[in-house]
Amino acid sequence: MRYEAVIGLEVHAQLLTESKVFCGCSTQFGAEPNTQVCPVCLGMPGVLPALNRRAVEFALRMARATNCRINHKSVFARKNYFYPDLPKGFQISQYDRPLAENGHIEIDIDGGARHIGITRIHMEEDAGKLLHGETREDEGYSFVDLNRTGVPLIEIVSEPDIRSAEEASAYLKGLRDILVYLEICDGNMEQGSFRCDANVSVRPEGETRLGTKAELKNMNSFKFIRDGLEYEIGRQIALLEEGGSVAQETRLFDPSRGITVSMRSKEEAHDYRYFPEPDLLPLQVEESWIEEIDGKLPELPRAKRERFVREYAIPAYDAGVLTASKALADLYEDSVRLHPNPKTVSNWVMGELLRLLKSDNRDVKDIAITPETLAELLNMVDSGKINTKTAKEVFEGMYVSGKAPGSIVEEKGLIQISDEDALSKTIEEILQANQESVEQYMAGKEKLFGFFVGQVMKATKGKANPRMVNMLLKERLSQ
Amino acid sequence: MTITKDDVNKVATLARLALTGEEEELYTEQLARILAYIEKLGEVDTEGVEPATHTVLLENRLREDEVRPSLPREEALKNAPSADRGCFKVPKIIE
Repeated sequence: MRYEAVIGLEVHAQLLTESKVFCGCSTQFGAEPNTQVCPVCLGMPGVLPALNRRAVEFALRMARATNCRINHKSVFARKNYFYPDLPKGFQISQYDRPLAENGHIEIDIDGGARHIGITRIHMEEDAGKLLHGETREDEGYSFVDLNRTGVPLIEIVSEPDIRSAEEASAYLKGLRDILVYLEICDGNMEQGSFRCDANVSVRPEGETRLGTKAELKNMNSFKFIRDGLEYEIGRQIALLEEGGSVAQETRLFDPSRGITVSMRSKEEAHDYRYFPEPDLLPLQVEESWIEEIDGKLPELPRAKRERFVREYAIPAYDAGVLTASKALADLYEDSVRLHPNPKTVSNWVMGELLRLLKSDNRDVKDIAITPETLAELLNMVDSGKINTKTAKEVFEGMYVSGKAPGSIVEEKGLIQISDEDALSKTIEEILQANQESVEQYMAGKEKLFGFFVGQVMKATKGKANPRMVNMLLKERLSQ
Repeated sequence: MTITKDDVNKVATLARLALTGEEEELYTEQLARILAYIEKLGEVDTEGVEPATHTVLLENRLREDEVRPSLPREEALKNAPSADRGCFKVPKIIE
């Protein structure tokens, strides 16, 4: 029998606000434990939460970018459970009236597009972090850092529209790209600002009813998500084929073994007894606010990718690489505006620039190369002032020092030698010094031509105009 | 709606309360009375009335996204029964 997987994903994204969602504590990552806490996020008696306007704004942006309908009135709710990462004994979340519902995004898979529905997007607060000690005395204890408690989150719940680990990965990349483009989440999976849980079930192909699902947690990289889902789908199919059944449970992905294991939690531990948060009034979002958000939405990654192919006539592959980040796409477009040769600019950005960025692990936002300096460099190549080889050297100089290409060329004396007399003189000297090779060439050993070109380039420290060297050499040797 | 001793025990477990046998009896009876009282509301015709989640007819006020000083760490940890290396120290819990 053939089986198909049915996957729904729950994504938590931390919003890039300065302060927490219900209090003024900083959200900065990496501070010393418990230095960004106050009576509100510590859950002390008598305090009241106050909702952060920007957190709502960011959540609305994501909702609109994913085609959701906004509920003009949404309600915060308490999700009750006991765990040391949650000092209040409940998490403020949204339950039966979330901020947004009924959205979707398109993903590209095997050349075709897929429509993945988004059930809802709601706002909530993050919980703290449990650390585990390393020494013997620390055994049996957890150490709680509450800096993360109260950092704003949105939870994005998909419809069970996903059919494979590959689609799950494409959907997550799509969501993450949108979040990063909107500048509302840094999308960092290792630091936990973008997290994903999965609901997975399998059923015989053609069956319309859903199978029993397992909830999968602890997959904190794209690779782990793929591996975890693939393992879990295989596990469930094997169970059914043996005549067994899938248990409804939470399973953890164990990256070291590449498998999922049951958490064996008590069922009743997940009775959250949601009820409306009495300390926060319903959140009202007027139509005018939604219109304002819509008006400010940037071009999203998928639309940009398609436009790049259309407008610049570059391959889809190039467009994908160039639009991977907004900063890179902006650098590309602004450079093309100043140097209207889209493929040449694409080659430089994808080749030299990405190579250098990768080699020292920097982000395009942190570099000094501007559209102006890149265009200036490419114009110098076009006009013959420097050759391509020199240009690469100059580009590295620009990348390291941030200087303009013109001043680097001048400082290092890299201007291309296109002076016919000077080049002829150098060629003459080279041929004089290699008379034996000249005789062999004349006798028919034509591949020595490359040797002569090489010698001229060497003598000019790579600055000779290669086209002219070729031309002059040919002329001279055919005499 | 009736309430059983099992319901009371479940709620007690979720709230991390340990009840004596006497308390179980007492709370089962008391909770049943409270629920019966609340059920009176079921007699009201609520056709076409939007469910209310709050008793005041106000909408939520929003706060600007500004960082304000946090507590000094010693203050934050002061009430903790146990603290170590800047953290709250708790018995390890495997969920």
